Amino acid sequence: MHTHLTRRATIAGLALSTFASSMARAEPVKGGVLNVALFPEPPMAVSAFNSSTYVGLISTKIFDGLVTYTYEMKPEPLLATSWEIAPDGLTYTFKLRPNVKWHDGKPFTSADVKYSLEKVWSKMHPRGRTTYQNVTSVETPDDLTIVLKLSKPTPILMKSLSSYESQVIPKHIFDDGTDLAKHPGMNAPIGTGPFVFKEWKKGEYILMERNPNYWDQPKPYLDKIVWKIIPDAAARAAALETGEADFTAFSAVSISDIKRLASLPKLAAETRGYEYLAPLFLLELNNRNEYLSKVEVRQAISHAIDRKFLIDNVWEGYGTALTGPIPPTNVEYYTKDVPDTVSYDPKKAAELLDKAGYKVGAGGKRFKLRLEVVAVSDTMAPSGEYIKQALGKVGIDVELRNIDLGGFIKRVYSDYDFDMTMNVIYAMPDPTIGVQRLYWSKNIKQGVPFANVSGYSNPDMDKALEGAQTENDPAKRKAMFVEMQKIAARDVPLTDLFYIKYVTLHNKRVMDHTTGAEGTYANFAKVYLAK
Amino acid sequence: MYRVIRIVRRRLLQMIPVVLGIVVFNFALLHLAPGDAVDVMAGEAGASNAEYVAQLRQQYGLDKPLPVQLGNYLWHVVQLDLGYSYRHNRPVLGLILERLPATLSLMLTALSLSILLGVGLGVLAAWRVRTATDTVISIFALLSYATPTFWIGLMFILLFGVTLGWLPTTGMESVGAGYKGLDRVVDIGRHMLLPAVTLALFYMAIYTRLMRASMLEVYGLDYVRTAQAKGLAGGKIAFKHVLRNALLPVVTVAGLQVGSLLGGSVLVETVFGWPGLGRLAYDAVFQRDFNTLLGILLLCSIVVVLANLVVDMLYAVLDPRIEYQ
Repeated sequence: MHTHLTRRATIAGLALSTFASSMARAEPVKGGVLNVALFPEPPMAVSAFNSSTYVGLISTKIFDGLVTYTYEMKPEPLLATSWEIAPDGLTYTFKLRPNVKWHDGKPFTSADVKYSLEKVWSKMHPRGRTTYQNVTSVETPDDLTIVLKLSKPTPILMKSLSSYESQVIPKHIFDDGTDLAKHPGMNAPIGTGPFVFKEWKKGEYILMERNPNYWDQPKPYLDKIVWKIIPDAAARAAALETGEADFTAFSAVSISDIKRLASLPKLAAETRGYEYLAPLFLLELNNRNEYLSKVEVRQAISHAIDRKFLIDNVWEGYGTALTGPIPPTNVEYYTKDVPDTVSYDPKKAAELLDKAGYKVGAGGKRFKLRLEVVAVSDTMAPSGEYIKQALGKVGIDVELRNIDLGGFIKRVYSDYDFDMTMNVIYAMPDPTIGVQRLYWSKNIKQGVPFANVSGYSNPDMDKALEGAQTENDPAKRKAMFVEMQKIAARDVPLTDLFYIKYVTLHNKRVMDHTTGAEGTYANFAKVYLAK
Repeated sequence: MYRVIRIVRRRLLQMIPVVLGIVVFNFALLHLAPGDAVDVMAGEAGASNAEYVAQLRQQYGLDKPLPVQLGNYLWHVVQLDLGYSYRHNRPVLGLILERLPATLSLMLTALSLSILLGVGLGVLAAWRVRTATDTVISIFALLSYATPTFWIGLMFILLFGVTLGWLPTTGMESVGAGYKGLDRVVDIGRHMLLPAVTLALFYMAIYTRLMRASMLEVYGLDYVRTAQAKGLAGGKIAFKHVLRNALLPVVTVAGLQVGSLLGGSVLVETVFGWPGLGRLAYDAVFQRDFNTLLGILLLCSIVVVLANLVVDMLYAVLDPRIEYQ
């Protein structure tokens, strides 16, 4: 009786789950126009030359990389159909997809990959320079095979082959002797991807059409993608409401509008799909400052800030508090087993400040610090206000200094004229790509944005980071990153606040837009509009 | 007639040093802002390294000393070359010409609308001074003048776009709809209605108040009393005798408005996603895209100087007592 019942329940459950998955996996529909509300307008359309967020959004639909990634960052075939890495980690062999054509009809071959890697990724891309620095030769034994020889193992290489990070561009277009900085191909791109660039009316829209010769038939499903440039956040919200736009990424409306819009019957919000970028909200500290050079002061600042309050009240809940430099989304390397310097504890903060020798003086203040507030989103200013209040409670007087992006980069990174600064940093899928730059002493480079601006230098930290750069054994590499997280949590050269949950707001009829860690940086071949 | 041509020619020649002075001044002013285009691009890229930054600066010519950069720029401007925008990867002149039709169509529509409505309402208010009509017009003008433009724009979007669904809320035309001929004109017109009215309301209010005050002032003059004494009808006095003289201040302000034509209204263009020059300039400030910005400012300064010339000439037409030597 008992078994019988269980069996029946199981069958019923099975039937139900099949039914449910068939609901979710409805047959994709061909046709339709996807309207995306976009701002700021990208300066050009090729990420291989410009890695900014909005270039990434549009160019990944036109160009493909060698691979794409699942949510767990497992590579899957795109322009490469298979790959082999030698046990010593020094030789990579990629087999390329046959019969792929560029949008102008020319065949795609290994020569294009060789050109992209040698002339563009490793020369013109801000991260690519580091990623491909150990590549000593690129061989093309035939049109569909490419072999990379490396001088040292480079574990980040297989994580850097997405359509955004290392997009394959056509040699026959770009290798024509024109100055690459002025190349017309930047604004009228020709790729191998599912969508063909049609028209760009600056300030108005970018139009892409279905690539009828895409290798992965019957994809792509959409007929057209129209990227509408809508500069005002409230107008973007209105466009979603009226149906003039179906889609926005990267929390493109005012943060107080997100919940209201997501609750409308025809709209929905998606926070997955930003794992590849892993955006972090940080408070960077100038360790050259008299007060901030003391580790007790830095720990005190970290304990004085209530991360949960900041997330819930300023960021409307769209964040996950950090415990250290590597975000929990990085399942491979994250550890929470680190010294606790992140719990909200103003009493401990006050004790630490006392211990550092900064007693409370006149008016309840110990000392004064300046905080740079860069005007890049509507959450920056209130975040600054909160930090000012939180630090004020433990006796640190904070002066807020508002500035725009250009001035901010100059003041903070070129002039080091700051004490504390809030910043959004992409941690990227591997700590060597995105996190190392903030902690590595060899990356203290004046005048270079997003370098180690705190001026933090610790030989143990350097040893762990440098070891991980070329460690081929995954277990040993993980141990190095665990060590790195422990040192960072103890020294707190900068304050890790939280992982930002960006929101993709979309009309419910837009299906399959987020299917892996790359999220809206995927090529949209799978996207369709439900009837 | 010959005298007029000579005056215009002299004024045009005087324009050249003025415009060049403006270029130098703008160049100096813009470089007071901290950071350059490469800072912004590297900032937006979210990643950087030393070689990347150095290479960009060298490509854009930003590694040269400022006086050399200024010299290069002036040399190009003299040859009517506005330079290259590395931000947009295209020549500045092309960039501006691409945006010019959108700006001109919106601004000319708004300008005509505001002058027609403003002068009309102003005349009506002065004619019916201290009646209910006058009060209603004055309150309407005051409200239009005092309400922030962007707020009116957003309210229009909410009312006519979101709630009623009558008009599109953003852009200049329906992308990919493939409208041709008259259909396209109607489509653009539907997109233009809200931004044009939003923009026109503010200037309309100014013209209304100006026109009313100016009419009332002229009404008090002796020759109007004479006209009334000889028994002319009220309407005839208002239009033939008062209006023409009262128009002078309106022409002055309209000249100023024409001067700001190219700059457009950044706020209205932003709220309605209108692809005009004002927004191009505004974005260029934050992108430190100085070539683009200098190009737009140069063009604007030429328009301002020309508009002043036209206004001066118009004075002479409207009021024969004004003469130029």
